[in-house]
Amino acid sequence: MEIFGIPHQAFLGQLMLGLVNGAFYAILSLGLAVIFGLLDIVNFAHGALYMLGAFAAWIALDSFGINYWLALIVAPLAVGVVGVLIERLLLKRLYGLDPLYGLLLTFGLSLIFEGVFRDRFGVSGQSYPVPELLSGATNLGFMILPNYRAWVVLASLVVCLGTWFIIERTRLGAYLRAGTENARLVQAFGVNVPLMVMLTYGAGAALAAFAGVLAAPIVQVTPLMGSNLIIVVFAVVVIGGMGSILGSVITGLGLGVIEGLTRVFYPEASNVVVFVIMAIVLMLRPAGLFGKEA
Amino acid sequence: MSARSIRLISLLLLALGLVAPYVGLYPVFVMKLLCFALFACAFNLLLGFTGLLSFGHAAFFGGAAYVTGWFIKSLGWTPELGVLAGMVVAALLGVVFGGVAIRRQGIYFAMVTLALAQMVFFLCLQLPFTGGEDGLQGVPRGNLLGLLPLDSDIAMYYVVLAVFVAAYLAIQRIVTSPFGQVLKMIRENEPRAISLGYEVDRYKLMAFVLSAALSGLAGSLKTVVMGFATLSDVHWSMSGEVILMSLLGGVGTFFGPVLGASVVIALQNMLADKVGAWVTVIIGVIFVVCVLAFRRGVVGELVEWLDRRRPRKTTAPTARADHEAHSGETRADITA
Amino acid sequence: MKLKPLVAALGLAVGLALGSTAALAQASQPVRIGFITDMASLYADIDGPAGGEMVKWAAQDFGGKVLGRPIEVLTADHQNKADVASSKAREWIDKDGLNMLVGGTSSGTALAMAKVASEKKRPYFVIGAGSARLTNEECTPYTVHYAYDTVALAKVAANALVKAGNKDWYFLTADYAFGHSLESDAANVVKANGGRVVGSVRHPLNASDFSSFLLQAQGSKAQILAMANAGGDFINAMKAAKEFGINKTMKVAGLLVFINDVHSLGLANTEGLQLADSWYWNQDEASRKFAQRFFAKYKRMPSSLQAADYSATMTYLKAVQAAGTLDADKVMAQVKKMPVNDFYSKGTIRADGRMIHDMYLFQVKSAKESTTPWDYYKLVAKVPGDQAFTTLAESKCALIKK
Repeated sequence: MEIFGIPHQAFLGQLMLGLVNGAFYAILSLGLAVIFGLLDIVNFAHGALYMLGAFAAWIALDSFGINYWLALIVAPLAVGVVGVLIERLLLKRLYGLDPLYGLLLTFGLSLIFEGVFRDRFGVSGQSYPVPELLSGATNLGFMILPNYRAWVVLASLVVCLGTWFIIERTRLGAYLRAGTENARLVQAFGVNVPLMVMLTYGAGAALAAFAGVLAAPIVQVTPLMGSNLIIVVFAVVVIGGMGSILGSVITGLGLGVIEGLTRVFYPEASNVVVFVIMAIVLMLRPAGLFGKEA
Repeated sequence: MSARSIRLISLLLLALGLVAPYVGLYPVFVMKLLCFALFACAFNLLLGFTGLLSFGHAAFFGGAAYVTGWFIKSLGWTPELGVLAGMVVAALLGVVFGGVAIRRQGIYFAMVTLALAQMVFFLCLQLPFTGGEDGLQGVPRGNLLGLLPLDSDIAMYYVVLAVFVAAYLAIQRIVTSPFGQVLKMIRENEPRAISLGYEVDRYKLMAFVLSAALSGLAGSLKTVVMGFATLSDVHWSMSGEVILMSLLGGVGTFFGPVLGASVVIALQNMLADKVGAWVTVIIGVIFVVCVLAFRRGVVGELVEWLDRRRPRKTTAPTARADHEAHSGETRADITA
Repeated sequence: MKLKPLVAALGLAVGLALGSTAALAQASQPVRIGFITDMASLYADIDGPAGGEMVKWAAQDFGGKVLGRPIEVLTADHQNKADVASSKAREWIDKDGLNMLVGGTSSGTALAMAKVASEKKRPYFVIGAGSARLTNEECTPYTVHYAYDTVALAKVAANALVKAGNKDWYFLTADYAFGHSLESDAANVVKANGGRVVGSVRHPLNASDFSSFLLQAQGSKAQILAMANAGGDFINAMKAAKEFGINKTMKVAGLLVFINDVHSLGLANTEGLQLADSWYWNQDEASRKFAQRFFAKYKRMPSSLQAADYSATMTYLKAVQAAGTLDADKVMAQVKKMPVNDFYSKGTIRADGRMIHDMYLFQVKSAKESTTPWDYYKLVAKVPGDQAFTTLAESKCALIKK
């Protein structure tokens, strides 16, 4: 049976791959959505933090023999600390100003990180092996899916749902959301808002790093890996609605599928389809799919 | 900064420009610098004076560059007509981009311009006439108005200088005109402008189109000078570069973009001989430092510092506001 | 005059002054060789700063002087931008009296530099750029296309593989001019040898994920998956190919692969890969000597491009010596007369600027077969120059009198 001119098996295979990529986009955009949604900071350094996470995993393995599973925890922690430092030393000075300054500062930071790593590691990149437990592939009938990719979907969805739950359904999340809307009032209740803000940025950075560790076995770990993806990630968050975590998760998944289908029917355009979608969405729904009106 | 000081600087710079090739400065480098200075001034018209941050200006610069290159190379048009064609296309793109983006604010506005610019990039990549990765190469300089051959670097230089001065004066005229005053009002307090009855969207669109057309002029000139148009002219990093130039020089000042462009181009030229990774780091550091400490840019900060030092007849706030309203040099943050 | 007005004026002046230096033309100027390539991004490892150093080594090994004048080597990073490459070359020639241009890595920049070199009449040795247009439609009297071109890569890889029985080919192509020409050159050879192109897919440059394209390739049931891409795209595609088990059902042929890519991926990912190249560090004793010297400094083995940088510089200097002058036309005439005979290759440079030398088809060893570090390739076939490159009869160069 043929769907749109390709055999249905191949079609299902492409859909599956689209979902896999979508899950990856979702986890990658999650940190950015958290930081913008809660802190109103447009974090252009997100791609660089993702890259740092992947490199942290590689360095951990290469120099310290720390395996993938530990790296999944160690790398985000390390990059989270970097995030906290960035917030404390640099971003704090920009609160109250136009959010575009935050964007320009984080853009500058991403250039610095990329340049330093390029100088140190070169551009060909390093190879990170797929962990033993997840190597090999499973025959799904309509395609053969590498086990590692299935794990990426699982890990992404779990973390995404977990983050959403913490922010939308727990008391901590409530404090966070309140604290960013009206810091003074919440502080009057005895909650340490600056600490929360700092930790939130750190958490966003950690999420980016987590995505980096997930990506390391699939793509080459190179200093350029972040800048290749950063504008796509931004597009996802903007389409989903910049205040909405659920929005970016759903958009990430949707984009993965749409891109996957574009790769079949008009592959040359698969890099640009996200921008077409973004332009259309912003024309029809100015605040994004799930966003709150500015 | 008084009108007199501005005129003095302008004359000094013009004099420098006129003798540049004869004091040992490499004409092709200065021409490149003038093109980018014009691009930065055009961008500043939108950012500094209207308060709109666009991430897609490379589309106008590069789009016009390709169009001009194609008209001159493939259709054999003379350079001034080719440049005109480039400007027209850039203005049209400006109408399209502006029409879509103006309705949004702040970061959304910026992201829409980015999305549209990426689509222009994709078009430039795929359309056969652009030459894709290789770029549109071998564009001859031709004869200006069919009469004056531009192959000589010296002749080309004076033409570019003349165009730059004309465009610069035009921008100055726009900003100091009543139209420009409305733009500044929109930047300072848009709700107030609306309540006063101004059709704010129309003004913003007009500013956008003017900025796009002048950016296109810069791109077209660059094609004639260098003889090619490539994908880096429409890449989003070009949009980032022009933001950097404006930020570094001083958003909302007159000489700021010129200074910013000079420094960035000179840095790239100097560092091209060394390994490229450090260029990226240095530019990143400049961004960070500018945002943290130098928000008004070099020229803006200097104007501010010198203003504070100048003795005043009265310290009443109204007198100061008056003084600034009448001076040609203004400084602004991009705060809403 | 107040301080304030001067500041902006000084800023412009500083900017201008920083970027240019006064032009001086003295009679006893050194002989200047300019090397422009990608120093910091995609292709930095296969050529890059190490390539520049090879040009310097050649100058030193030649004696540091030619025709009684010292040799000076200038280097610059074109960042893969044709405009930067072109401006830099032009500036060096106008202001510094550059005598010879060498470099490339990226066809766009090479084409731009060839135009400048031709306009200003300076010899330009292209290393690293693949486009065969440099010696066909865009040939000039001053361009020498040294190491390889897309036609040679295609002929060497496709010829040998189709003759060995791999008749059905599927192409994974990077969607830009270079990728397209790699694909079309290879496809022509496949069909000429009786093979078939059963399908192809074009991916955007810097694609983040190749799984979708590879799935399509698998579905085609071809025997060969030909990678018509390079650098980061090739590396990511290879990783995904291993992950999806492509090499269990298809042989993978890389149409443009350098030893740095193989090193970066590791033998686990590249074992069995077929690739064409112009030189391998371990191919004979003289090559090994050069390679050890390179390794001592850089802790990695040289790519064929870095070896070519050395060889091209030597060839130029020898030609200048033999011609007794720096005049570009006379030097080019000499270059096209003298044979090239060094550790890099034994070959000649044709009237259209194409260097003709032997090319090789290699296969990447498995981890078991590799005994020493960087011991990655085994030789599958050697293709003599007259079969590897476009023949004079096929050439579209206007300089060839037919």
